[in-house]
Amino acid sequence: MKVHVQTEVNGEAVEFLCDPTTTLLEVLRDNLGLRGSKEGCGTGDCGACSVELDGALACSCLILAAETQGRSVATAGLQCGVCTPGIVVAAKHLLEQDPNPTEEAVRYFLAGNLCRCTGYDKIIRAVLDAAAEMRGEAA
Amino acid sequence: MQGFAYEAPSSLDALRARLAAAQGAGELTQVLAGGTDLLVQMKQGQRAPGLILDIKRVGETQALTVDGESLTIGASVPAAKAKAFPLVAEAFPGLAHAIDLIGSSQIQGRASLGGNLCNASPAGDTIPALIANGFEAQILTAGGLRTLPVEAFVTGVGKNALASGEVLLALKAPVPGPRSGDAYQRFTPRTEMDIAVVGVGARLTLDDAGVIASARIALGAVAPQAFLAEAAGAALVGTRGEPEALEAAAAAAMAAAKPISDKRGSADFRRRICGVLVKRVVAQALERCTTGGAK
Repeated sequence: MKVHVQTEVNGEAVEFLCDPTTTLLEVLRDNLGLRGSKEGCGTGDCGACSVELDGALACSCLILAAETQGRSVATAGLQCGVCTPGIVVAAKHLLEQDPNPTEEAVRYFLAGNLCRCTGYDKIIRAVLDAAAEMRGEAA
Repeated sequence: MQGFAYEAPSSLDALRARLAAAQGAGELTQVLAGGTDLLVQMKQGQRAPGLILDIKRVGETQALTVDGESLTIGASVPAAKAKAFPLVAEAFPGLAHAIDLIGSSQIQGRASLGGNLCNASPAGDTIPALIANGFEAQILTAGGLRTLPVEAFVTGVGKNALASGEVLLALKAPVPGPRSGDAYQRFTPRTEMDIAVVGVGARLTLDDAGVIASARIALGAVAPQAFLAEAAGAALVGTRGEPEALEAAAAAAMAAAKPISDKRGSADFRRRICGVLVKRVVAQALERCTTGGAK
């Protein structure tokens, strides 16, 4: 039997029918056409599918779409970049909690986001730059 | 994933009624909290329930409260929320650290302490910390509620004491008094996103004179399930945590450990690391007895 779900994605009310086994990630990509969130591993290890669910950082591959009834989902989008949308969501979540993280804190926080190109150094510097900019300091 | 029905009861009564109906109908039922272990297991075909009961809309499982003398953490409270709860961070820094070691930031946004406990991995990081801190499991049964100490709740690799039709509702522990401290440390080859080779939790309480009045040491990843190493705790009571007392506690823990050899470490290596960690964890908990931790 299909489950009827009404929820909010990126600020917009959405409604869909899905099988109980469907994950949030599948609905985002296949029903709603939001292909920023990627399936890397499907087991919660790589973070490419990161979303915020009611403000909590989470892997959308490990959430059943049915669980999102009445909740609020936020994703990030990018034309290319397997890891980037997941990293943007995670980095946003970190900077909202801690506007002035150390480099080490950024590295620990993003340990659950794998970049297959191993481009971590630029990613970490970008997050630190963004943090400085958000604090109103020259980046 | 193999097909299943999904339901999310919104009250304890509705949950109990649904469990009873499912049991009567012989439906293979699986409770869902954060899902970070469960969905992986279902995707890999290790579990194939006919009915998923999502308990996150049952208020009791989302409780995060202090009432008088005790702390209650609902079984489906996500790790990120539990570790940030002021009383957990202040009076249970060892438990907060153990929670912080679960998976990634993403996993912690969803994974629950109740799930970490029910999943009953020998290496689950929160389990030794829960045992050391004297947490008890509050279990919904067909007729009411029952409680079990966490050390009796885990019964083997991936096994727990829940009978068919029972659900873990919450974890409850006494709020520590003055001169008390806890700690948890684990050994992993990597600093992040890894599974404990050995994990050790401790909770110590001193008397007015600074002598250890009670000590609970719990060991993880050195037996089929995490357990309370009673002899290790007993070796510390009546001492001030002098080097000889720490050695005695470590020796008792090493004697109680029954590790296996696998890709993460040999049995002999695990037993030695267990002794080292017991000394470090006791020293850290002891320091917290005097520098704060408990108010």
